[in-house]
Amino acid sequence: MTKHRFSQHALSEWMKDEGPESEIVISSRVRVARNLSNQPFPMLASDQQSKDVMDQLTWVSQAGKLKEMGAFETIVLSDLSELDKRVLVEKHLISPNLANESRSGAVILSNNESVSIMINEEDHLRIQCLYPGFQIKEAWTLANGIDDIFEEAVDYAFDEKRGYLTTCPTNVGTGIRASVMMHLPALVLTSQINRILSAVTQVGLAVRGLYGEGSEALGNLFQVSNQITLGQSENEIIDNLYSVARQIIEHEKAARKRLLDESRIRTEDRVKRSYGILSYASIMDSKEAAQRLSDVRLGADLGILPEVSPQVLNELLVMTQPGFLQQTFNEKMSPEQRDYRRAELIRKQLRGEKGHGGVEI
Amino acid sequence: MFCQECGKKPATLHFTKIINGEKTEFHICESCAREKGEGIPGSPNSFSIHSLLSGLLDFEHVGSSNINGIKQPTLRCEECGLSYAQFSKIGRFGCSSCYQAFADKLDPLLKRVHSSTVHSGKIPKRSGEQIQCKREIEGLRRDLQTKIEHEEFESAAQLRDRIRELERKISDQ
Repeated sequence: MTKHRFSQHALSEWMKDEGPESEIVISSRVRVARNLSNQPFPMLASDQQSKDVMDQLTWVSQAGKLKEMGAFETIVLSDLSELDKRVLVEKHLISPNLANESRSGAVILSNNESVSIMINEEDHLRIQCLYPGFQIKEAWTLANGIDDIFEEAVDYAFDEKRGYLTTCPTNVGTGIRASVMMHLPALVLTSQINRILSAVTQVGLAVRGLYGEGSEALGNLFQVSNQITLGQSENEIIDNLYSVARQIIEHEKAARKRLLDESRIRTEDRVKRSYGILSYASIMDSKEAAQRLSDVRLGADLGILPEVSPQVLNELLVMTQPGFLQQTFNEKMSPEQRDYRRAELIRKQLRGEKGHGGVEI
Repeated sequence: MFCQECGKKPATLHFTKIINGEKTEFHICESCAREKGEGIPGSPNSFSIHSLLSGLLDFEHVGSSNINGIKQPTLRCEECGLSYAQFSKIGRFGCSSCYQAFADKLDPLLKRVHSSTVHSGKIPKRSGEQIQCKREIEGLRRDLQTKIEHEEFESAAQLRDRIRELERKISDQ
């Protein structure tokens, strides 16, 4: 079994830092899509062309200025086991598309996993930068810089009128997708979420639930991102997302205050019940885990559960995903076995049986 | 996730509509989407996937209706061979030349997706030097116009010189 760095720890290094507004915003992400001008897009590229693209782009990352930004590891997807790929997807370091459908796919990961550069995904090059907390502008600055490094060495498909050309017309122009992942339990509990989210979609932003199919938001985690990539500058796109996310943060804060002011006992009860169940249950499916972890997280943020660290919860969010569970226990599992192992893992983490830092593999 | 209509093919079209807090979701495959065409039950104002597809991508019927009819010339990208009909079916371009090949048809599509058809963001530093110059000239021309309107002729002259300089730079390249 491969022992890549990324598969050992649920929590990427970058997530250990506490970003601004971290009690509401889990992470900020910017992804930039680029293509080389002299090759067909990955969908229509021949195997040889895909390989050439991979060689060219990995060469840039190894020879150029990228090195000055820190240590990077280039991982060729075909060298990975199915489980490793799944773990990368669960940590949001690669897309499901790169994991399952790419030819000559590769990912260049920075040591702290804050930067992941995908090769031969839907586009030749996708630069992704992840920051903890509410740091969307910082994420764009970093992605912009990495984009410049690649642009020095390769010719991008760029058109004066349409901008950066992408495989999908929904990315053309700036090729930028900026998103903020937010934990919004109080807005859900006070039934304000739908009103706010539908307002958000009216200003050109998209909202998606994190994990799980469709738009059902498992664990009250919502990802807000820009829809429009053409006709607005990168800074306009980032500023728009920033100011809308800022407003959602304020609403969530107000709703949390209201929960404490108006129904403190009920909120405490909810939080502590979930804490109790997570600490002692023997079977835990992923849906229940997500919901209860959300309750506990809210409790930790509101000071109801001072003994629980938000970091442990971030970690559990990733560790309780199916791929990571199998990686941790080093065995293939049926869904029932997973529910059993998941419960075990949560109990250990929350009750500190093995101390902080994860279960030994 | 499988198509909620036929249950056989993977659902590739996902729709969520929230109207006054009431959420409706559809997950269906492309063939069912085309079959249903006229609209999806349960949707309050019966919006139709068919009209969405054809509206966004100017969907061309390559099916039965054309068999006995006059053969229309197929719009195709010479570079990668992708036809416009294929593009509108999969919603993806094959290569960067497709943007030129389908240029005439793209404006309405991009307008609907982005409410705009022209890029106004970053320009690549190395290959985009000319474009950067052109953009600067455009901006300077606008400034020049306002200066003239405000009768600030001295600074207008400076702008004019700068524009000439940039134009020379472009023609040198």
